Amino acid sequence: MMHVAVFLCFLIFGSTGGEIAITRGMKATGEPERLRPRELLRFLRRALCNGWFWAGVPLMALSFYALLVLLSWEPISFVIPASALSYVVGTFGAKYILGEEVSAARWIGVVMVCAGVALVALG
Amino acid sequence: MATEGRLRIKTLAMVCAMVLCANAGDLMLKRAMLQIGAVELSVPGISHAFRMTVTNGTLWVGIIFLCGFMLSYMTVLSWADYSYVMPAGAFGYALLTFFAVVFLHETVSPRRWAGVVLICVGVMLVGQTKPRTTAEAREALA
Repeated sequence: MMHVAVFLCFLIFGSTGGEIAITRGMKATGEPERLRPRELLRFLRRALCNGWFWAGVPLMALSFYALLVLLSWEPISFVIPASALSYVVGTFGAKYILGEEVSAARWIGVVMVCAGVALVALG
Repeated sequence: MATEGRLRIKTLAMVCAMVLCANAGDLMLKRAMLQIGAVELSVPGISHAFRMTVTNGTLWVGIIFLCGFMLSYMTVLSWADYSYVMPAGAFGYALLTFFAVVFLHETVSPRRWAGVVLICVGVMLVGQTKPRTTAEAREALA
């Protein structure tokens, strides 16, 4: 059970960390001015030169492989609902890293997701 | 009024496509990992599993479905609010559990079903958020 918990952490923190890093990278890259092939290539080159983008890609890859390993061990009816814990990590990240306001309803949602995952894990 | 109705139908259709693609992708990944077998936690075990995943056709079909999910997700977000799309997509957890029972013949206890329902409602609540809450963003909007 311990290795399942460890790979669940890889899945959740990998996907949340990867999304945050890629979002930062894409925000720094800016929007393509026009949707023309040359402009899109320039946009892609700018994105590929961004450090945040390259921090995000391995994290997303780690999260995907953690998902595959978990699926090889556990039923999908456990793995996918348990991956909803990323909303919990995302809410804490939004509050304490990005300084966003988190409503009471959202905190209630976080508690419900945690309780739901606990029930799913108990089987 | 007619435009609003059309937009509602278009959004609903795209959310359904998003949920179905995500669920089909995840089911295909599970099927591929059933073909490959349990991954052994050792260097040869992990490298063998890596080689098997790269060459497994079912897994690539799953990845195509997941690309379809990303495409429909990004498309629907280009016109609909995140706080509408997110809760609407939350029922995907329940649908996936149902598909796991039907297609993969997994046994799901009443306790696990209760957990899935709690997760769906919880994700709906987490998705109900204001688009801008930081002080800088509020100033930029003012």
